[in-house]
Formats: sequence, structure tokens, C-alpha cells
Amino acid sequence: MSGPSKYQPTSAVGKWFHERLPIVAFAKDHALDFPTPKNLNYWYTFGGILAVMLVVQIVTGIVLVMHYTPQTDLAFTSVEHIMRDVNYGWMLRYLHMNGASMFFIAVYIHMFRGMYYGSYKAPREVLWMIGVIIYLIMMATAFMGYVLPWGQMSFWGAKVITNLFSAIPFVGDSVTTWLWGGYSVDNPTLNRFFSLHYLLPFVLAGVVILHIWALHVVGNNNPAGVDVKGPGDTVPFHPYYTIKDGFVIVVFFMFYALFVFYGPNYLGDAVNYVPANPLSTPSHIKPEWYYLPFYAILRSIPDKLFGVIAMFSSILILFFLPWLDTSRVRSGRYRPIFKLEFWIFAVVCVALGFIGSKPPEPVYVFWSRILTFYYFAHFIIILPVLGLMETPKPAPNSISDDVLGKSSLMPAE
Amino acid sequence: MKKFIPLLFAGLSFGALAIGAHAGEGALDAKHISYSFEGPFGKFDKAQLQRGYKVFKEVCSNCHSMKLVSFRNLSDKGGPGFTEDQVKALAATFTVHDGPNDKGDMFDRKGRASDAFPWNFPNDEAAKAANGGALPPDLSLITKAREGWHGTFNQLINGIGGPQYVYSLVSGFQDEPADLAKEKPEGKYYNPYFVNGPWISMPPPLSDGLVTFDDGSPNKVDDLARDVSAFLAWTAEPKMEERKKTGFEVMIYLAVLAGLLYFLKKQVWRDVH
Repeated sequence: MSGPSKYQPTSAVGKWFHERLPIVAFAKDHALDFPTPKNLNYWYTFGGILAVMLVVQIVTGIVLVMHYTPQTDLAFTSVEHIMRDVNYGWMLRYLHMNGASMFFIAVYIHMFRGMYYGSYKAPREVLWMIGVIIYLIMMATAFMGYVLPWGQMSFWGAKVITNLFSAIPFVGDSVTTWLWGGYSVDNPTLNRFFSLHYLLPFVLAGVVILHIWALHVVGNNNPAGVDVKGPGDTVPFHPYYTIKDGFVIVVFFMFYALFVFYGPNYLGDAVNYVPANPLSTPSHIKPEWYYLPFYAILRSIPDKLFGVIAMFSSILILFFLPWLDTSRVRSGRYRPIFKLEFWIFAVVCVALGFIGSKPPEPVYVFWSRILTFYYFAHFIIILPVLGLMETPKPAPNSISDDVLGKSSLMPAE
Repeated sequence: MKKFIPLLFAGLSFGALAIGAHAGEGALDAKHISYSFEGPFGKFDKAQLQRGYKVFKEVCSNCHSMKLVSFRNLSDKGGPGFTEDQVKALAATFTVHDGPNDKGDMFDRKGRASDAFPWNFPNDEAAKAANGGALPPDLSLITKAREGWHGTFNQLINGIGGPQYVYSLVSGFQDEPADLAKEKPEGKYYNPYFVNGPWISMPPPLSDGLVTFDDGSPNKVDDLARDVSAFLAWTAEPKMEERKKTGFEVMIYLAVLAGLLYFLKKQVWRDVH
């Protein structure tokens, strides 16, 4: 936050309160006056969308819990009770289950936007790493939420994922027993997943506050990737970005509503409308779409332990991204080779997701290995080398120049 | 580097093609018949649901349960459109095992509208014992739990084909091909549409004229299969009409709001750009 607060309490009561808790000044500084680069494009609206989606998930989730029963014999029918007997229960549940998918669509766009514009680069490393923590908590929360309806895929998905931990040498079996609360996925597992599924979104909300705090310390990155040089480069968050984000949130809600009202089960798996049956394994176990790339990486490696290590590494490597990218230019816009490579990487991620949805047949296994190699090579080989070798195009001198479309005569930084 | 992208795509699509032939589940795709309830404005055909209910009651319910549906649902909005009196009368034709009473005894009584649809068997084991060891699945959600066809884009356009799966299954029994005849397990039937097939424990349930309708509606196997699969589409998604209607209102509201916000945004930003 630059400069002293512009908040001046006008009433005696306001002044009295301000001297004891300056929360109104805090809100004004951070939610209204916060100076924001004026060249942010629509890809930058997904942070706001994510905040709104978190609220939607928490609100619909709290109401769903009022009607849900976390017990293996009753969970499935209690969800159907919500669908059939609770007023607008079908809408709450479809909002919540499609909301998870929308949350991930938004977070993936948000992350790829950060990668393209170099938003993880100094001084935003901590901001980026908090984001990775948010992503990890999201994945854990969504996984445990998917178990709650206690359908076939809930049960077998829980079984497959928790079994991964048994690959840990020496203590693996003890760890899975500890996770399950017994010797198989059963009622104690459902109970603890329910408890954690309710807890984690609030943890998430706390970490989101840290994310926004970190953002407000260093300020937004922007598509030009150049630093804010003066007040002429920024506009106050309100009304400029409240209205811009508001518009996009409504458009995003239309996309969301399309699924909720016209294809509510499209993103799910039909098998999950069969109640969980520990004695009957579905022919083709696969996770929800948002985990598929990681599932493909897991299965690309023939050894269970190394598969699990590869899968977790593929996410944890994001923590090191700020130091793996050696380029001194922030925005991908001015990095011709990186720009191309970025899209190849994006296609590789989507292709991994496609393969993750397929049975492990030889052709898919072959491609999953090549793509997994590329995924890691992108971070470990391509980004470090490219940053040193590439000749960037000149970036604009300032954000104002960027908005006016002036290209700089000076080479970037 | 630039040459790599087309190569990648070519490789991927070749891989996808090569595997396409046996990537499916083994069963035949369901027949692409259409229903009145498809599309963003589609509604259930009440007369068809009532006929489907009759087929379910007289044929399917001999073995299959319908645990998630109560008689009262038959008069719910967006359903088969029975009147409440009809539902009461219809429920009373069933005998429901209830209790214990104030003496601690179980007893039989006439069905009430609030009762869930009763099942012919007291438990799964009894149902298995009476059906050659195979459990007839509960049919409440069957059209949402079975896919008629596969493919990400196919399902986006055509839905998962659950009702079509049921239609194809119950009307799709065939004599087994000669080369498979000696593999035929005892007491099983050949059905190429069956997801865990082709051998299915259920005997062909329908025959021409098996169920007669008061209004003389056609009752060949094909008609009965259409009617009962439509009925099962309703039992799986009883709020579908309300969902689509609400969805339309929501979309209009959001579209207008988005339009207003867009012009407001242009107004607010006019001096910056």
C-alpha cells in the first residue's frame, strides 16, 4: 500500500471508532483505493472469480450439510433426499458439484496467466508460493468432497488415492491405516473426510487472505510485466476493477449456469450414481477431470513409489518456478520463444489430462511417458536454459506507454 | 521447435485413432432414439410417463426395486401427472409390511401415498436367491448411472444416453451368434447392449402386447421399451422440468445484468483508454 490512508472519519462516532480499530480505513485502502495497474486484461479477472467461487462453495456447502448424513449406509440416500425432497436441493447440490469444476477451471486459467506473464518472478515469489499452497488445499478439499456422496467412484477413488500412500517405504501401510481409520475405506474414512471437507475451505479462506495480503504488499503484476513507476500508471481498484471484475463474474456465472441447469452431470461420472459397493470394482476407475493430468503422470511410471513421487513432484515443482525461470524479462509477451513454448506446455498439460481419462493401454502409456518427460523438462531444462539464451523483444518503458501502445526504443531492462 | 507442434498433434491423433476401435466398453452403443424431454426446453410426456409407470409396475417391479421413489412423487409437478386421489387409490392396491405396533408385532397394511415403492423381496440376498444369484439393480437412478455411448464431445452434444441404454437393453435381446453359442453360461441370455455383457441374467422382460393400456396406445416391445425408459428418466431426474425452467430464467437475468455491467464498465473506463 503506497502512501498514507485517505480515510478521514467524518463523524464523531467514526473518529472515536477509528482511533480504537481502524478497520474502515483498512477496508477503504485495500478494497476501494488500492492502486492497480491500469493495463490489466481480462485474464486478470480470474482472481476475483476465484474469491467469489470460494464463497459460493462455502455457502452452498453449509446448506447441503444441513441435509446430508455422513454415514456409509445413509450418505448416498441422503444426497438423493437432497435432490428429491429438499426445496431447491437439486439446485444447491448441482451448484456445489459443478462449482468445484468451475473453481478448478478458474484456478487453471489463473495459474497459466501467472506463468505467461511471469507473475511468480521477483518480488512476487511468496505470493506465487501461497497460491501453490491454495491449489494443494483445493485439491485435497475437492477429493474429500467427491467421496461424500458414497457412490461407486467416490469409494473406489478414495481407495485408489489413499492406497498411493502405501507406496511410502517402511511406514506406507501404517500411513494408509491411519488415513482410513481402520483396515479399509469405511465409515471412519467417510467421517474424517467429511470433517476435513468442512474444515479445509475455511483454512483456504485464511490462506486466500494471506495471498491477497502478499499481493497488496508488492502490488499487481501486469501484462507488460514492467513495474508501476508512478500514480499515472494505476487506477484505484474501485470503481475501475470492481466493475470490470463484476462484469466478468456475471459472464462466468452464465457459463457456470449452463452446466448447472443444462448439463449438471456432464462433468461427473455416471458410475457415481451407483451406491458404493466394496465387493464390485468398476471397470474403469478414474478421478474427476481436474486431476487427470496428474493421474496420467502417476500411471506413466511403472514403479508405484516412483509414480507417486513423480505425481507429487509435478505439483511441488511449482514452488520452485520463481527460481527455475532465469529470464530477466517478466512478461512472456516480450519473449518470442518462451511464448511458443508456453503454448506447447499448455497443450502437453491438456494432452496429459486426455490420457489420464483413458485406460492404461500401450499407446496411451507410450504417450504419457513422452508428455510426462516434457512436463518436467519444461521446468527443469527449458525454462532455465531459455531464460539465458533467448533475446527478448523490447518491453514498454511504463504501463502508461503500454496502454497508449507505444513501443519502447530501449531494450528491455 | 515450430515443427514439433504439428508432429505432436499428428502423433496424438494417430494414437487416438488407433485405439478408438477398442477404447469403448465392449458393449454396443445404445440406439439413438429421441425423447420429448431432450434439449433445453424438453418436457416429459405425461401420458408416456403414466404408461411407463404401468410397464414398470406390471413387469420390472417383479424383480427390481425403486427405493428412492414414493407414491406421492407420482403426483408431483413435472412428473407423470397423476392426481392425488389417483395416487392414494394406486398406493392402496399395494400391501406394505410395517411395524412394530403397540404390541410389538409387525403387521401388513394398505399402502399410503407417503410410502416408498415397495419391493417384492425383503433384502438383497432374497432377491439374488430368486434370480439365479444376480441382484436386479435398483432402478430409481438407472438412467443416470448407465451410459448409452461414450466420448467427451459425443456426450456433450447428446447426453450420456442413459434412457437410450435402458431402451436398447430391454428391447435388444437377440439369439446368440453361432460362434458364441458354446460359451453361453447356464441361465444367461445374450444382449449386446449390456454394459457387463454380452451375457445377462435378466430374461427378455418384454413381449408384444404384454402390457395393455386403457387408451389403446400401441404396446409392441418397442413402444413398451420407449415408455418405460422415459419413466425411468423421470425417476432418475424428477426435478428436470423445474431445473430447465429455472435455468432459462437465470440465463435471461444474467444476460441482462452482464449487458448492463458491460456498458457501465465502458462508461467508467472511458477516460483511461
